[in-house]
Amino acid sequence: MMNTRRLPRVPAQALDAITAIVGPRWIRRAPSELDTYASDGLPTHRSRPAVVVLPGTCDQVARVVRILAHFGIPFVARGAGTGLSGGALAHEDAVLLVLTRLNRILEIDPENRRAVVEPGVVNARLTAAAARHGLHYAPDPSSQTACTIGGNVAENAGGPHCLKYGVTANHILELEVVLPDGSVTTLGSPYLEPWGPDLLGLFVGSEGMFGIATRITVRLTPTPKAVRTLLADFGSLRTAGEAVSAIITSGLVPAALEMMDRNCVAAVEASIYAAGYPTDAAAVLLVELDGLAEGAVATECEEIERLLREHGARGVRVATDERDRARLWQGRKKAFGALGRMSPDLVVQDAVVPRSALPNVLERIGVIAESFGLNVSNVFHAGDGNLHPNISFDRERPRELERVERGSAAIMQACIAAGGTITGEHGVGIDKLRYMPDVFDSETLGAMRAIRRVFDPEERANPVKVIPVHACREWLASPRTRHRAGAAAGAAGAAEAARAAGAAEAARAGAAAEAAATAGSSSSIVLDRPGSSGREGVE
Amino acid sequence: MAGAGLTIVRRIRSILGAGAVVETDRTGLPRVAPGTEEGVALVLRAAAADGWRVRIEGRGSWVPPDAPADLALTTRNLTKVPYLDPNDLVATAEAGIRLDDLRQALADRGTWLPADPPGASRSLGSVVATGTAGPLRGGFGNFRDHLLGVTIVTGDGRVVRPGGRVVKNVAGFDLTKLAAGSFGAFGVVTSVTLRLRGVPRADTTLVATGARDTLLNAAHSILQAGITPAALELLSPQAAQGDQWMLAVRLIGADAAVSAERDSVSGATQTALTELAAADASKLWRGLLAHAPPGSATLRLGALPSALDEALDLVAHHLPEGWLTVTIGAGVVRWSGDTTADRIKLLRHTAAQREMPLTLERATWQLRQLVGHFGAYREGVGRLVGALRRTFDPAGVLVTTVGDDM
Repeated sequence: MMNTRRLPRVPAQALDAITAIVGPRWIRRAPSELDTYASDGLPTHRSRPAVVVLPGTCDQVARVVRILAHFGIPFVARGAGTGLSGGALAHEDAVLLVLTRLNRILEIDPENRRAVVEPGVVNARLTAAAARHGLHYAPDPSSQTACTIGGNVAENAGGPHCLKYGVTANHILELEVVLPDGSVTTLGSPYLEPWGPDLLGLFVGSEGMFGIATRITVRLTPTPKAVRTLLADFGSLRTAGEAVSAIITSGLVPAALEMMDRNCVAAVEASIYAAGYPTDAAAVLLVELDGLAEGAVATECEEIERLLREHGARGVRVATDERDRARLWQGRKKAFGALGRMSPDLVVQDAVVPRSALPNVLERIGVIAESFGLNVSNVFHAGDGNLHPNISFDRERPRELERVERGSAAIMQACIAAGGTITGEHGVGIDKLRYMPDVFDSETLGAMRAIRRVFDPEERANPVKVIPVHACREWLASPRTRHRAGAAAGAAGAAEAARAAGAAEAARAGAAAEAAATAGSSSSIVLDRPGSSGREGVE
Repeated sequence: MAGAGLTIVRRIRSILGAGAVVETDRTGLPRVAPGTEEGVALVLRAAAADGWRVRIEGRGSWVPPDAPADLALTTRNLTKVPYLDPNDLVATAEAGIRLDDLRQALADRGTWLPADPPGASRSLGSVVATGTAGPLRGGFGNFRDHLLGVTIVTGDGRVVRPGGRVVKNVAGFDLTKLAAGSFGAFGVVTSVTLRLRGVPRADTTLVATGARDTLLNAAHSILQAGITPAALELLSPQAAQGDQWMLAVRLIGADAAVSAERDSVSGATQTALTELAAADASKLWRGLLAHAPPGSATLRLGALPSALDEALDLVAHHLPEGWLTVTIGAGVVRWSGDTTADRIKLLRHTAAQREMPLTLERATWQLRQLVGHFGAYREGVGRLVGALRRTFDPAGVLVTTVGDDM
């Protein structure tokens, strides 16, 4: 239930206070500037925030959040904006906190295989910085040359190598978090032991709805000394899917196991990222093996090659050197971009199915595509069963959007029916909100919402994402939690707001009266909030 | 049986039916052993409505079943393995199944769970709830890393099902992680879905004996060489059943890979390591892990691998000499023996100043009540934990000493 008493815009007094914290240079208000932040990696969702704020330090983040708490203003944290679920989009009544200025690598500790970073550090940059210690940061989403660690934490990002090395949640040791009331807490411990119940594990993947991680301690992984990359092509999606199953059950654990279908290969080969993939194949598999020693990896490579051929591979090519390997990977990593250039619009899904269901599900996706007249390309993490059906379309064409939406829903239902889930790494955001009741019952959704309200009683952190409120069974929030959070926000935020209000008044005598009037009305709304929101207690 | 107990028994029989397994423990406390998840939910719902305090039990072989309560609820009749797919390497098992029985069921289908918590006769739920991991944590991660989903019944009988059956899943908030290792604070785990592997092809153990710090240095050299053994475990003389410390290095994987690792390990350190014959390796690990460690209290201390010597010194300073193991790659010291609450609390607070969390894994009720499983929380954490507990157990049904702030 949305709080209908929320302010439609950010009150001037709040904006003044925030400007005093970050400096006027780091506030964006002009419509053209706001447009830059109105979408993320998905072209299908757009929303302009009320104002964009770019804090420069962790302390500034905490102070800004305290102001927002005091005034009851919703907010969304954003990294590079490469997300694929609309998670970094903010409504016109919310403040968008862009964390890209917090891009310092604070510490690399090679002896303990860990690093401490600010949330705006780019994923690939962290790996590059760790390289000279023989280490790398393992979770490697395809957007890694742009996406930030903070964003990775919010979504529990994956990537091709998470098949062997695990997802983001397996690589986060400690988080300093600014909670929505502006207080700061630390989750986890300097290394792998939890410090209390696993609030750290709970926070990773919470899509910005529990607070903002301002300091992130990550695990680094030894860079493998030996790597082999193979490309196999197949005459049908089904046989490719069966080959995947065979590899999984062989007992060998590849570092990565990726699949692309004919449409995807065509798009890649027609682009500047052409990798030499065979364009007449129905599907190609990219398999990577790694380990400590050349000999051992070569042996595994032989076994994988044999398995691939036994399961229908028409050709198997092993990358000859590092450049060849890089080229093969570039084709895969830039596939999404290549597809995006083919048509004005693109929808991408992120369902996961049991690996043994891959052949049937891929076939079903083909049938759905045909029956809805859709152009579907599949590029995905076959080793995990994490599908990425991409639907290329042009929303200007009559009724095309409607067909895409219906086809999309049909594909999602097919994946769920096969025992799968709706998102493996992109997150729910707004994009998959409508499917949540298809995978979780109302009791479970209610539990998730209740947990969210422990961290964010007023539901101001990235509101309206992930949990479809109408589908929740109600869980009563504890009154003590609410009041404590409200008090903390009140004390700290009021002090900050008062200081800023004083400064603004001194600077602009004419605006002072207006500021005072706004302060009067906004503070009365803040005081009303805990009782009047109607979101606490039974609705 | 006391009057109140009789009332509870009658109430339970009326809810679960006359065939419900309800008995009394040594002290006359009623104990119910539901055979289904629904039964667990019904009992807890009644408990919340009627104001009972309920202590949750597995098989009673790890945390002793001694907490004062109005009712004990045991998961020991929840023993099914309703789902096991060797092609997908996924299984769902009920919480009351004995670990060894689970391992057998998995092995029969050519699958394997890369986890070796101490205590083979424990229930699966006990391992999940206490987050106790064994030496394989170094190479394969903590127990929570093997969980794809759980079913939890909350203190007021709500059934919550986070996660799923697939190996990658970011739908919704990760309640599975919250349930694991939280000592029953948020409800009873009635079943879990596990990520499996194929049965390992090669499995080799190398050992060295000597002085503590010599062996620690050898272990560090192995890690610095970029090797991540399946297990890299330091054992105190008592744990090694000898008169010297022991370093055990376990390598698991494909034949060629294990062979290469073995060469790398030997090359990484001056300390001579001897490869054990398969039977001796089996005996070593089984001896270490088959039973709960000796003594009435077991605790673990987390530290950076580079600070493990400091952590060991702290333990030696505060606690009686005893049974100690160190999972080096995971930065965990586990101590087991007999000691007082005050000593543990002092160790916890001293360690906390060095950012080393102390978790009480197992102890008598008296110790648990005074010390708490967790404690000396970072600022703000206690409040969050308390609020989460109230969310999952609003009527305060579940008897568990999660934090030292209780």
